[in-house]
Amino acid sequence: MIRRAALIATALTLGAHAGEKLAFNRDVRPILSDKCFACHGPDAAQRKGKLRLDQRDAALTGGESGAAFVPGKPDESEVMKRIVSTDRDEVMPPPKAHKALTAAQRETLRRWISEGAEYEPHWAFIAPKRAELPPVKNAAWVKNAVDRFILARLEREGLTPSPEADVATLIRRVTLDLTGLPPTPEEVNTFLGDTGADAYERLVERLLASPRYGERMAIDWLDAARFADSNGYQVDRDRELWPWRDWVIRAFNENKPFDQFTIEQIAGDLLPNATRDQRIATGFHRNHMMNEEGGIIAEEFLAEYTADRVETTATVWLAQTFNCARCHDHKYDPFTQRDFYAMKAFFHNVSEKGIGSYGSPIRINAPPFLRLPTDEQTKKLATLDADIAAAKKQLVTATAEANSGTDEWAQRLATTEMKWTPGEFVKVEAGKALVEVRPDGARIEAPNPGSAFTANCSVRFSAGRATALKIECADAGMSGTARWLDVRVFVGKQQLKLRAVESGDSIAKAELTKTLDGAKQTFTTVAPREAKSFAGVFEFAEPIAGTDLRVVIDAGYGSGPMLWRIATTGSDPELFAPSAILALAKKDAAKRTPAEKKRLADFHAQQSPALRALDDRITALTQQRDKLDREVQTTLVMEELPQPRQTFVLMRGAYDKPGDEVTAATPATLPSLAADAPRNRLGLARWLVDPANPLPARVTVNRLWQSVFGAGLVKTAEDFGAQGEAPSHLELLDWLAMEFVHTGWDVKAMMRLVVTSATYRQSSRLTAALHERDPENRLLARGPRFRLAGEAIRDQALAASGLLVGRIGGPSVKPYHPPGLYEQVVAGSSAGTYVQGKGDELHRRSLYTYWKRSVPNPAMLTFDAPFRETCTVRRPRTNTPLQALNLMNDPTYVEAARFLAQRMMREGGESPESRIARGFQLVLARAPKSAELAVLTAAYVRALGEFRSDAAGTSGLLKVGEATTDTRLDAAQLAALTTVASTILNLDETVTKE
Amino acid sequence: MNCNDHAFLNLNADQRFAITRRTFLQRSAGGIGLAALGSLVGDARANTHFAPKAKRIIYLFQSGAPSQMDLFDPKPGLEKHRGIDLPDSIRRGQRLTTMTSGQKTFPVAPSMFKFTQHGKGGAWMSELLPHLSGVADDLCVVRSMFTEAINHDPAITFMQTGFQLAGRPSIGSWLGYGLGSENADLPAYVVLTSFGTGRRDDQPLYDRLWSAGFLPSKHQGVKFRNTGDPVLYLSNPPGVDRETRRETLDELSALNGKRFDVLRDPEIQTRVAQYEMAFRMQASVPDLTDISTEPKSVLDAYGPDVKTPGTYAANCLLARRLAERDVRFVQLFHMGWDHHGGLPNAIRGQCRDTDQPTAALIRDLKQRGLLEDTLIVWGGEFGRTVYSQGTLTADNYGRDHHPRCFTMFLAGAGVKGGTTLGATDEFCYNITENPVHVHDLNATILHLMGVDHTRLVYRYQGRDFRLTDIHGELVKPILA
Repeated sequence: MIRRAALIATALTLGAHAGEKLAFNRDVRPILSDKCFACHGPDAAQRKGKLRLDQRDAALTGGESGAAFVPGKPDESEVMKRIVSTDRDEVMPPPKAHKALTAAQRETLRRWISEGAEYEPHWAFIAPKRAELPPVKNAAWVKNAVDRFILARLEREGLTPSPEADVATLIRRVTLDLTGLPPTPEEVNTFLGDTGADAYERLVERLLASPRYGERMAIDWLDAARFADSNGYQVDRDRELWPWRDWVIRAFNENKPFDQFTIEQIAGDLLPNATRDQRIATGFHRNHMMNEEGGIIAEEFLAEYTADRVETTATVWLAQTFNCARCHDHKYDPFTQRDFYAMKAFFHNVSEKGIGSYGSPIRINAPPFLRLPTDEQTKKLATLDADIAAAKKQLVTATAEANSGTDEWAQRLATTEMKWTPGEFVKVEAGKALVEVRPDGARIEAPNPGSAFTANCSVRFSAGRATALKIECADAGMSGTARWLDVRVFVGKQQLKLRAVESGDSIAKAELTKTLDGAKQTFTTVAPREAKSFAGVFEFAEPIAGTDLRVVIDAGYGSGPMLWRIATTGSDPELFAPSAILALAKKDAAKRTPAEKKRLADFHAQQSPALRALDDRITALTQQRDKLDREVQTTLVMEELPQPRQTFVLMRGAYDKPGDEVTAATPATLPSLAADAPRNRLGLARWLVDPANPLPARVTVNRLWQSVFGAGLVKTAEDFGAQGEAPSHLELLDWLAMEFVHTGWDVKAMMRLVVTSATYRQSSRLTAALHERDPENRLLARGPRFRLAGEAIRDQALAASGLLVGRIGGPSVKPYHPPGLYEQVVAGSSAGTYVQGKGDELHRRSLYTYWKRSVPNPAMLTFDAPFRETCTVRRPRTNTPLQALNLMNDPTYVEAARFLAQRMMREGGESPESRIARGFQLVLARAPKSAELAVLTAAYVRALGEFRSDAAGTSGLLKVGEATTDTRLDAAQLAALTTVASTILNLDETVTKE
Repeated sequence: MNCNDHAFLNLNADQRFAITRRTFLQRSAGGIGLAALGSLVGDARANTHFAPKAKRIIYLFQSGAPSQMDLFDPKPGLEKHRGIDLPDSIRRGQRLTTMTSGQKTFPVAPSMFKFTQHGKGGAWMSELLPHLSGVADDLCVVRSMFTEAINHDPAITFMQTGFQLAGRPSIGSWLGYGLGSENADLPAYVVLTSFGTGRRDDQPLYDRLWSAGFLPSKHQGVKFRNTGDPVLYLSNPPGVDRETRRETLDELSALNGKRFDVLRDPEIQTRVAQYEMAFRMQASVPDLTDISTEPKSVLDAYGPDVKTPGTYAANCLLARRLAERDVRFVQLFHMGWDHHGGLPNAIRGQCRDTDQPTAALIRDLKQRGLLEDTLIVWGGEFGRTVYSQGTLTADNYGRDHHPRCFTMFLAGAGVKGGTTLGATDEFCYNITENPVHVHDLNATILHLMGVDHTRLVYRYQGRDFRLTDIHGELVKPILA
């Protein structure tokens, strides 16, 4: 199965009719594009023999071998001669290209040349026209405009539509399509009992108004937007963008017009007086992966992020494969490399760094982000800010007052030598780290490179009163390194209060302060080499008597050994000063500049007890404020730089090979940006939904169509270019696109139109004849029938069993997940553990499941969800044994089966048959047929017998999952019904929209 | 095969017709014995372009990038340069990671390990590889590998998919797509992972490294878990034993069959076949991982870790058992080779993990006659720098990432054992002979599997994609 011709399959349904003239777009372009354009197409750099075949004039002018063809005369045309040649050096396409033409394709080209070799512009670049509704014979079948187009085509093909699906199938189908959940038995009964002529239409209205609709619609959009909860590269740390996800759900539920939906996501921040919601919406283009690996070159990844935005925008709104134009001109479609970079210029002015959030002090998001404090947080932060400001003001005033005596103090500082008395290590415990107590200190070696350890040191001091403690790491020829995360000192069990200070070349006070704040997120790295050691000085809040101390140091990112030393001093705290101040103190007082004098005086003032108290207060308040600030929810957004970045064409797409400079512009092939439009994202956003642009409305209605019929009218929903598939019903696509714009880009109206059509309501029953004629159902002589998405399969099981927690939005949650998956690929990092949620979090809808890009939820992947690394607008649908194992044995489904069984017992009467019927109804919205009931009843009887004699198996089965069922129910019956419920949840019909 | 599946659509009309017709005509008879269309297993096809030398691959990926000049590429002349700055004439403006680009000096760090030649072919290996050196004549050592990326994520993605950014199919997926599976009861592409003791917190892995990219997702690698069921959700829940499962499956098939009678959608029958396959996997996978019948001599050969699930040694033995069962592509990922600092100790740990089991695997396969048609590939995503990252001392140094040269080896099917290909300059910095690009290696691996890398293509977004993009030359000197 190695060499495949993709377009042949579609010719079955899309080809020309005998006697009809060939249509260039339908019959000829696909051949030329696939076989010829790579060397004779839009890409000038790769063009062979100076021949261009994608434009008629150029082809007639010809290349080195003359005109490509003589219209009407295939035998005189160079193209024909070359494609039928048997000479390996002459024949086209050349054998090494592996693009040989079939006999049918050669014949098509011959016929086309003899018919005059007429070209047509590519259909997707011509503005859509609202065609007259085509005449049909069976007008009675038609419910709306959609049906006219579909039926006209069926009648032309000699096919007839299928009868309408039965009522139960219909309500289940439309409920799944519009809400992603099954209908409840009550909803089914209401619908069955509603004999009004517009019962179905009212059902659709109810579903469109359900908040579940927004959740359902959001899932496809999250795929397109590549939404995830982690950054995707390397360690794959978390990010927070769920406020954007919730915005999407709200937007669908409020039926935000699609043009507005577009503008806010592309450029909400640039709208006049942008609201908080409009800024949240711009998270759309921060959903791309972000690298936070230590050694990366930021420029390189900035180039990736901006390219991703261009490609995503082109796929979602234009269905064009712009990624092909990143390194060279597009080989099939009329987009140049310059077009690509001119588009990139729109997205290149974001105040981002190119590297992920590694080490970011504020929560976990890499700038730019929007802070979303609660009202209470806002109030508390304001209070703290005011308190800090007041304390700082006091500090300034107090400093001015406390300036006396500076000279005398400076004199003392200059002449007093700091005396440190080393302590004697009595015992050091450091977990797996290697410890050797030596006369000159303790040699501690990190257990593994990069590892964390805690050194618990008992140190004996024979000196007298002590005011401060010094911890020092020396090299001693060892080349080790570590990061100090936390330092704690104890006398007996009492922890001493410490204050970071500086003395000489010790670690800066600001750095050291972070080591004491308890957050353990410091960057105080010590990497002593040869003569240089690292020391931190901590003053005791109250002087202590010489005594034994226990010093506990949490170290992270350790590597290799270092020599640790701990010492105390009894010096006057006023004399702790950094080297720079010491140098000033030693300078002749007369030679100090005024600035130096002031600096010295200020420092001295700060050493006074009153100011130190103030200083401590500011430190404490700032720590409180920082802590609170870290608790504030943020979400990634777009934000413009005040000064735009320059954008260059990148040669071969390489970030470090800039070519010509470009400015923001839309591709030349498409209608240009309005003259007065701003040359920024806002201008681009408006252009994307300008009705003059032939693509966005078509592309969007095609995706909506795909979401209910399983395939778009253009099956390649991501590619409307020359290599994409031509539309099965171009006039319908265009009519829908015009209608969409006409209704003000009303998404709910479009969904309503589609699902109320007779086309949609057909039975999905297949006949052998129909299957042979149209296996993919592109002509739609029957209703859609295909497997549900992974999310819908799980949500359906949760809903039918009564476990579903319906709360909308909020942070992503962590439901059941096989243990060990993260640990197997990520070690030594907080990102490397999946901490399963509790209670409600286990049973939320699947679109709220935490999405880690490096290890996505395995059940979702098994059911064909994408990795969410790049934009995806079309999921494949496979059918594999892993899916079977998942549905049979995943605790999610075993627990759901148990709860479904509980409902069957509680709501289904007393007989096995009535209980089974209830279960069937809950999942499939219909009563079982008698043959089905017989199979399941026999299954129940069999299982009951087995569980009656297997107490351990019974209780084991009933213990799967964390939610508890009613213990008063007969355990064996519940277990037996659980296996029956599991069978129902595993039915092909259950996982399929029929 | 699903009618909505890309691969299906890319068949020509006749093939497509044959498949749908066949599926359509198959009727459920208790659900047993249906062809496994659409499965991720049992999709046997002999679709090679020419006679393959290898039927299967065991790819021993050393993740994090082992240091070539401490293992395979000796540079005794470096002693005289110890500690001096790497000459600009060698570095030639090479871009560096931002971990060392700020370093003021680039002191040359000679390897502290002793090298000797081994086997008839005289391959050089350091004292860190006492076991592999015993099978030197089975190895073809390529000392002139080079790549394009300088950081782990893009580099390992490049090795696996031929592209630095996420989204393309991995090499194992390509082979599964092109060649199908030889085993009806196991996946065609199995991934086994292990942590190194050299550096526990080393570079992570990502599931996308074995993803199918834009190929149908059934071709993605199945990562065996090191704890619990090797294949997710393989075990039945408590209270459901194998007989009960058989009964429930019969009931399920009966019900699905009744639905098929109404709707006539062949997809229903495909699903029934998948459940049967799942049932068979429930027996075949435990059988695969049960090593209780392995003789003590075999277990001993793989070393003391072999009985600890999730170790490299255990995975090597599992790889042999998978090879025996004709699993097409087995890929081990052993983490822990990223030695920016403290390299000597860390690499000792890595070699303790891998040297003996790797050699044992080669011997074991050979003894069973499996090495003839099994290709072994060993290597990481790039090499390491000759200069020390951090301070160079008598017994300690670190090395940064180095894309310009590194060493890999191949063994087994179709490979010329006992040979060494390629050479690097005196600083082990630039290649001087026979450069082999990642695309060349991948082209050669496909060639050994009977596949022309220029013809294994998949149409996506309007373009025909290949594992080797538009590059890749066959590395002929390594072919037997």
